[in-house]
Amino acid sequence: MKGKPAVNVSSSKRRRPMAAGVLLLLALVSTGAAYAVTTSALSAKSSSAANADNARQGKLLFTEGCSSCHGLAAQGGSNGPSLVGVGAAAVDFQVGTGRMPMAAAGVQARRKPPVYTQAEIDKLAAYVASLGPGPSVPKASQYDFSDANVAAGGEIYRLNCSQCHNYAGKGGALSDGKVAPQLMDASPKQIYEAMITGPQSMPVFSDRQIPAKNKQEIIAYINYLQSAPDPGGSALGRLGPVTETVFLFTVAIGALVAFAIWIGSKAR
Amino acid sequence: MSTSTQPSTPVGKTARWVDDRYTTSNALRRNLGKVFPDHWSFMLGEVALYSFVILLLSGTYLTLFFKPSMVDVIYNGTYVPLKGVKMTEAYASSLDISFDVRGGLLMRQIHHWAALFFVGAMTIHMFRVFFTGAFRKPREVNWVIGTVLVLLGIVEGFAGYSLPDDLLSGTGLRITQGIASAIPIVGTYVSFGLFGGEFPGTDFLPRLYAIHILLIPGIILALVTAHLLMVWYQKHTQWPGPGRTENNVVGYRFFPVYMAKAGGFFFIVFGVTTLISAFVTINPVWMFGPYTPDQVSAGSQPDWYMGFLDGAVRVMPNLELVFWHHTLSLNLIVPAVVLPGIMTLLLGAYPWIEQFVTGDKREHHLLDRPRNTPTRTALGVTAITFYLMLWVSGANDIIATTFESSINAITISLRILLFVVPPIAFTITKRICLSLQRRDNDKLLHGHETGRLLRLPHGEFVEIHAPLTQKEQAEILGKVDMPVLALETVDANGVAAPWALVNNLRNRLSSWFYAINVAKPSPAELEAAAGHFSHVSAVELEATHRHREFEALGGVLHQPSEDESVNH
Ligand code: HEC
Ligand code: HEC
Ligand code: HEM
Repeated sequence: MKGKPAVNVSSSKRRRPMAAGVLLLLALVSTGAAYAVTTSALSAKSSSAANADNARQGKLLFTEGCSSCHGLAAQGGSNGPSLVGVGAAAVDFQVGTGRMPMAAAGVQARRKPPVYTQAEIDKLAAYVASLGPGPSVPKASQYDFSDANVAAGGEIYRLNCSQCHNYAGKGGALSDGKVAPQLMDASPKQIYEAMITGPQSMPVFSDRQIPAKNKQEIIAYINYLQSAPDPGGSALGRLGPVTETVFLFTVAIGALVAFAIWIGSKAR
Repeated sequence: MSTSTQPSTPVGKTARWVDDRYTTSNALRRNLGKVFPDHWSFMLGEVALYSFVILLLSGTYLTLFFKPSMVDVIYNGTYVPLKGVKMTEAYASSLDISFDVRGGLLMRQIHHWAALFFVGAMTIHMFRVFFTGAFRKPREVNWVIGTVLVLLGIVEGFAGYSLPDDLLSGTGLRITQGIASAIPIVGTYVSFGLFGGEFPGTDFLPRLYAIHILLIPGIILALVTAHLLMVWYQKHTQWPGPGRTENNVVGYRFFPVYMAKAGGFFFIVFGVTTLISAFVTINPVWMFGPYTPDQVSAGSQPDWYMGFLDGAVRVMPNLELVFWHHTLSLNLIVPAVVLPGIMTLLLGAYPWIEQFVTGDKREHHLLDRPRNTPTRTALGVTAITFYLMLWVSGANDIIATTFESSINAITISLRILLFVVPPIAFTITKRICLSLQRRDNDKLLHGHETGRLLRLPHGEFVEIHAPLTQKEQAEILGKVDMPVLALETVDANGVAAPWALVNNLRNRLSSWFYAINVAKPSPAELEAAAGHFSHVSAVELEATHRHREFEALGGVLHQPSEDESVNH
C-alpha cells in the first residue's frame, strides 16, 4: 500500500527572468497611472455612490433581520454585540457561513446554510463597514493558495490552530459548551476571514502574527485536509483512538468471538 | 510409533533415531494424548497468544526500517504535506515505512492492530477467568502471572506507540513525564533519569526502543511460557456437565483434534487482523505531524488500554498542596499513581481476598457458572463499570463535540457517575444472577415450558412441560452450595477468642458473599419432580444415546490414570 498524496504543490518557486519582470511591472504601473489620472474623478464618484447605495440598502436589510439583537444602529444590545468597527469581513464571514442571523440565543452561533444571497451579504457588509473602519472582505488573490507550500502550512497550522481545531481539522471542545468547529466545509475565503476577524472565542491572526503568504499556506493545508485520501484505509472519521477502540471492541473482537463460538460449536 | 519392528520409512527412521537417544515417544504420547475441554470462551486466551506471535513477526519487519533516533533531519520522502519539515529521524523513518517501504504501511497497521487485539484479548480472557472462578486454588499463581502480563502488555503498547515520535504520542510522553515529576521527593530524579536530562532530550527514544523490542517482549515471552506450562501441568478447568467431575477432564485429545482447531484458529486470527489492517487506518502518524513540545492538538487520546488513566487524570479535581515551596500535585498523583496502584493490587490479590472471605481452601477444577456466584459476578461487573467510566472520561472532549454539549457539564457529571453507576451495576447484576438461579431451579423441578397447551376433560388448560436433557440437568446440578462461614468468635468459656475481630469480620463478609444464594433443590424434591414426567425412562434413554454419539465422534471420557493423574 502506497499513499499517493492528493496535493502536489511544488514548493520550489519558479524563477522568472528578472528583467522581464521589472519591465512588465513598469508597463503596468505606467498604464495604471495613466488610467487612474483620466478616470479617477469619475470612478471615485461612482464607486462611493455605489457604496453609499449598497450601504443604504444594507441598512434596510439590517433593520429587518439583525437589529432585534444588534440594535437599530448596530450599536449592540442585550442580545448581540456592537458591530461598529467589526468590518465587512466579519459580516461576510458570519452571514456567509450562515451563523448570522442567529437562530436562537445559545452559547454560540453554529454554521448552517446561509439565509442571504451573496448580493444581500455584500450590502449588509457595506452598511456595517460604513459604521467604522475594520477588516474588509479579502480579494480572491489574497486567499488564492495555488502556489502555496502545503507542508509549511501544516507547520503553521499545527502551531496556531490545531490546539482548538484538532490536527485533522475535526474540531475540538472549548469551555462551557463552546466548540472550535470542524473545518471540513469552510471555503478558502471563509478561512481567510476567520483568521482576520477572529470570530467569537477564536483569536485574531493579524498579518503581523501570520503574514499573508503564511495564511495562504494554512489555507492550502486545510484544503489538503478537506480533500486528502486516507492511504491506510477507512480512517474511522479521523477521530483517533476513541473510534479505533469502539471499532476494536465491536467489529474486530466481535468477529473473532463469533469465529471462536463457531469453532467451539463444531466440537459437540 | 512401533518399538518392536524396524521402521522402514524415512520419517519412521528419524523418529526411531530421536527416540533411541531421547526416549521422547513416551512423553510425546502422553502429551499429545492430553485431553482438553472445549468451550468458545477458552479460546480468548488463544487470541492473545496468537496476537503476540503476530506482534513478534510484524515487529521484526518494522525493526528492519525503523530508526530509533532523536536526531533532527529534514524530511524529503514522498509524503508531500510534510516535505521539507524538520523532524526526528524516528518520525521520518516511520513516514518512510508508511509511504516508501513496500508493504510497510500494512505492516505498521498489522503491528498496531495486533497490539490492540493483544491487550484486548488478554483483558477479555481475564474477565472469563474471573467470572468462572478459574482463578481459585490451585491456579492462583497463574492468575498473578496473568495480571503481570496485562500490565506488561499495556506498558509495551505505550512504549510502542511512543516510538514514531509523532505529535500525538509525544503529547502522551509529555503527560507521562509530568506524572513522573509529580511523584513526591524522587519525581524530578525519576524524570531526569528517564529522559537523560530535560524533556524531551535525545536519549529517551533509543532507551524506549531497547525496552520495547527486547526487554518487555522477552519478559512477556518467558511469562507466557510459564503461564501455558502451568495450564498444561495443572490441567484446564471445565464446565460442569454430564460425566464431568473435579477429578477428570472430558474433552478432546490434544492431537489431532485440539491441535487442528488451535492451528486453524491461529490462521483465523491472523487473517482477521490482516484484513482489518488492510482496510482500516490505525495511528495515521502522518496526519499528526512531528512532535515538538510547543504544540498540542485538540482531541488527543491515547490507545484504548491507556484511556482509563487519561480519563482518571481528566476527571480528577485540580487539587494541589503547597508546603514550604514544595508542591504536592494530588491532581496527578492520585489518578495516575495511587489509583492504578490500588487497582493492580486488588486485581492481583483477588484470589486471596476471596479465600479470606469464603474460607474456601479446596481445589477447584470445575468452573462456576457466573450466576451461581452472584456476589463475585456483581463485584466483577462493578469493577468493569468503574473502569469503563474512567475510559469514557478520557473521551470527554470527543463526547462534547460529537453531541454538542458542554465539556464542563460532562466532566462534572462523570465525576458523580463514577461513584454512582458502579454500585447500581452491582445491585442489578446480583439480582439478575439470583433470578437466573431461581429459573434454573424451576427448570429442574418443572422442566421446560413447551408452549403447548393441553385441555383436560373438565375444561382446565395445562401447559405441557418437557424434561431437561441430561446435559442441561448436569450443568445446573453442577452448582455447589457453599455454607456461610461460622468461625468461632468466643471460646468454650464464653471469652472472646484470640482472632475474634477477624473471625467476626470474615463471618459477616462470608454471609454477604453467600447468604443470598438460592439453594439447589434437595434430592428428595428432585425425585418428586421426576415423578411428574411419565417419560423419565425416555430421559435416560436419551442420555445414553447422547453418550454413545459423543464417543462415536471421537470424544474421550478421560479418567485419570497412573502416569497422568490429576494432581490431587
Ligand atoms: C438572535 C440574535 C441575533 C440576530 C438576529 C443576529 N445576530 Fe449577529 N450576533 C449575535 C450574537 C449573540 C453574536 C455574538 C456571539 C457569537 O458570535 O457566537 C453576534 C455576532 C455577530 C457578528 C460578529 C461580531 C464580531 O465581533 O466579530 C456579526 C458580524 C454579526 N453578528 C452580524 C449579524 C448580522 C449581519 C445579522 C443579520 C443578518 C445578525 N448578526 C443577526 C446575535 C444575533
Ligand atoms: C482558541 C481557539 C481557536 C484557535 C487557536 C483557532 N480557532 Fe478557528 N475557530 C475557533 C472558534 C471558537 C470558532 C467558531 C466561531 C463561531 O462559531 O463564531 C472558529 C472558527 C473557525 C473557522 C470557521 C469554520 C466554519 O466552518 O465556519 C475557520 C475557517 C477557522 N476557525 C480557522 C482557524 C485557523 C486557520 C486557525 C489558525 C490560524 C484558527 N482557526 C485558530 C477557535 C479557534
Ligand atoms: C509484546 C507485544 C508488542 C506490543 C503490544 C507492541 C506494540 C506496538 C505499538 C502499538 C507500536 C506503534 C505502531 C505504530 O502505530 O506505528 C509499536 C511500534 C513498533 N514496534 Fe512493537 N509491540 C510489541 C512487540 C514488538 C516486537 C517484539 C518488536 C520487534 C521485534 C516490535 C517492534 C516495533 C517497532 C520497530 C515499532 C516502530 C515502528 C513504527 O512506528 O513505524 N514490537 N509496537
